[in-house]
Amino acid sequence: MAMTPTEILERRDPIAGPGGPLGPRDGHQDGDGGDRPERSPREIARFGVWLMLGTMSMMFIGFTSSYIVRRAAGDWRPLPLPSMLWVNTLALLASSVVLELSRRALKAWDLPGAQRWLGMTGILGLMFAAGQFIAWRQLAALGVFLSSHPHSSFFYMLTGVHLVHLAGGLAWFAASYAKLRRMAYAPGEDGLGLFAIYWHFLGALWAYLLLLLYVL
Amino acid sequence: MAHAAEAHAAEAHAHAAPTAFIWRYVFSKDHKVIAVQYYVTAMIMALVAGILAMLIRIQIAWPEKDFGWLGAIFPMGYSGGVMNPEFYAMLFTMHGTIMVFFVMSTAPVSGFGNLLIPLQVGARDMAFPMLNGLSYWTFLPACVVIMASFFVGAGAAAGGWTSYPPLSALKGAIPGSDMGQTLWIVGMVLFIASFTMGGLNFVTTIVNMRAPGLSMMRLPLTMWAMLLVAILGLLAFPALTAACLMLVFDREFGTSFFLPTGIVLNNTPLLRPDGTFVHQGGSPLLWQHLFWFLGHPEVYILMLPALGITSDIIATFCRKALFGYKAMVGAMLAISGLSFVVWGHHMFVSGMSPYLGMAFAIGTILIAVPSGVKVFNWLATLWQSRIIYTTPMLWAMGVVSLFISGGLSGVWLGQSAVDIQLHDTFFVVAHFHLIMAGAALFGVFGGTAYWFPKMFGRLMNEPLGKLHFWLTFFTYYGTFFPMHYVGITGQMRRLYDPYQYDWLKPLQGINEFITVSAIILGAAQLLFFVNFFWSAFAGKRATENPWNSNGLEWTTPSAPPHGNWPGEIPTVYRWPYEYGTPNAPKDHVMQHEPPLPGEHRD
Repeated sequence: MAMTPTEILERRDPIAGPGGPLGPRDGHQDGDGGDRPERSPREIARFGVWLMLGTMSMMFIGFTSSYIVRRAAGDWRPLPLPSMLWVNTLALLASSVVLELSRRALKAWDLPGAQRWLGMTGILGLMFAAGQFIAWRQLAALGVFLSSHPHSSFFYMLTGVHLVHLAGGLAWFAASYAKLRRMAYAPGEDGLGLFAIYWHFLGALWAYLLLLLYVL
Repeated sequence: MAHAAEAHAAEAHAHAAPTAFIWRYVFSKDHKVIAVQYYVTAMIMALVAGILAMLIRIQIAWPEKDFGWLGAIFPMGYSGGVMNPEFYAMLFTMHGTIMVFFVMSTAPVSGFGNLLIPLQVGARDMAFPMLNGLSYWTFLPACVVIMASFFVGAGAAAGGWTSYPPLSALKGAIPGSDMGQTLWIVGMVLFIASFTMGGLNFVTTIVNMRAPGLSMMRLPLTMWAMLLVAILGLLAFPALTAACLMLVFDREFGTSFFLPTGIVLNNTPLLRPDGTFVHQGGSPLLWQHLFWFLGHPEVYILMLPALGITSDIIATFCRKALFGYKAMVGAMLAISGLSFVVWGHHMFVSGMSPYLGMAFAIGTILIAVPSGVKVFNWLATLWQSRIIYTTPMLWAMGVVSLFISGGLSGVWLGQSAVDIQLHDTFFVVAHFHLIMAGAALFGVFGGTAYWFPKMFGRLMNEPLGKLHFWLTFFTYYGTFFPMHYVGITGQMRRLYDPYQYDWLKPLQGINEFITVSAIILGAAQLLFFVNFFWSAFAGKRATENPWNSNGLEWTTPSAPPHGNWPGEIPTVYRWPYEYGTPNAPKDHVMQHEPPLPGEHRD
């Protein structure tokens, strides 16, 4: 049967919307048909946290490309590495390890253990923050200040921005610690899971910044 | 099929509807209230930025005429009835900044996004209602800070909406570079923070909280647009945050991220006590790269909601299935992806390598392909349909018209050879006002008339809406179409007095025409404000589904109650464009209607 131009543009199939066959599926099939995803509030929150880390990463990618561009200018001078940074790095890595211990203790419903390890996470985090100030003082003692040269500008700025994000992590720590003391977590709940994602991100970010500033 | 999250949300909402006025309408966590807050704030900002535009146009048409009465209203901007050049620079800077970020990124995205996402995906509210409320209460201070800059120190920022250094990085460069620029940066950072909170909510809600049966490929195109807009915002805005921070360091702490060696300000070199330059080796172009890495995705943040809204409206009022749904989704994905690799086309004159320029030019022109797909699909939907000319439909067709007119000049400008000639002329101003500003604005007006029932439970006045449309449509073209000619003739944008140049003197007549058209355009918008507020309080009561549409938002009362559906969340059986299906027993089949007798699909 010959088609008129109108018919060519019209859908011949009477019920041909995209999105798979009519009706909700059982919810186990992926692809473009079927059911909505089955997600608990915690899974949804976890998704949100990862998304937030994505947008934060983009900011540091922005800083990274600026760093690479700026380094190509003629006035680049390498910066001495304050020895305190090694201590700080170890403290932050250790804080991630004890956080995992706390998480496991909480899952095993060992509340005093969870509280002890979580407290250590916070203390190590605070030590890192204090150590960063000491590192700044070490550089200043060498006569290297924020506006001395581009590498020092990036060093102070990036460590500062990282510290601001760490302050957010410490606030989250305080809230989690208070909740743990109130025993507001349910047995079997991975109550520190979301905080752990963010805290480990801070550690990884710090390792990356150190790499960017001194190795790359 | 009871579901843990849904049961939890339903339960939370069952006893969460606050009764005190302040928690219900001011510090609300309900997405519908937040949407209206965003929308109305954006419209007030639009009013301000529109007045700035009128002043700009008056200056371009009659630069030396004595406007004593304007001087009386704006004493800081006029001396002896004639506008100060510094004030003119503040006007175009703040017009651009407010319109791009505080109006056209806010009304379509934060306004309609918040209103429609839970309603169209079938959720009780956004994923993180608290964050959503916080987002608005970060946005409002951003508006206050930006507006306050007119009233402090030497006035608002005046380095252009792009805030290129060194004007933006040296406090003493021009009057607006001091406190005005500082407030610009603070306002922008607050805005980005608020947009980020919104974006996290948008993506999380659309991806995770869809109603049973609502697969991604059954989403209305408005939802696809909102999803992509939020992703663009989350990925692109951080570059500007980083840039703003470096700018603050350059301004306040003497660093040299963007400032090169050898800066001389008002005939005085900027020197340290030891005789070396304060700023050394920085790159002003670095700011431009960071700014436009945001800036280009940003124009699609403005555009995409309008494209989605247009698709929904056109299908409804053609009573025909939207043509090429999958291609429409693909086109929006392609536009979003390409938007990240074309920022260099704003910088063809910056001395970039011609090979790099070529790459940016090709990427830019490629955007015409998905854009063409969208236009073709709209036209194919319109083709031989019985169009119902309601106000939303008129606006949607206006979007299609502007998208074509503005898109064609975009293909032109995308070629570096042409762009270098036309860069910074009124041709560019004409181009982006048609496509980015105009199409987005028309989309907002169309969406407002279409979804007004879901905001206020009433319909907007149709005759008044149509009058507003026709006046806006003709004066919009009347304003921006002749601008192409002005631009090709060589008039640069941001010129305080174009007629200092002899070859621009003959353009005064056409500039006067544009200005008169712009003033009528501005005045016509008052009709919208009258219609909006009158209809919100005294318009015709709307039924649940006044336009006989198919989406989930039309399955709940107008305006929807707290928690969105009085009963259970509907289950979705089909896509949202089931209009006039051949052999179907009814004119339209809504998304939540189970298969009809005899209906089947292989």
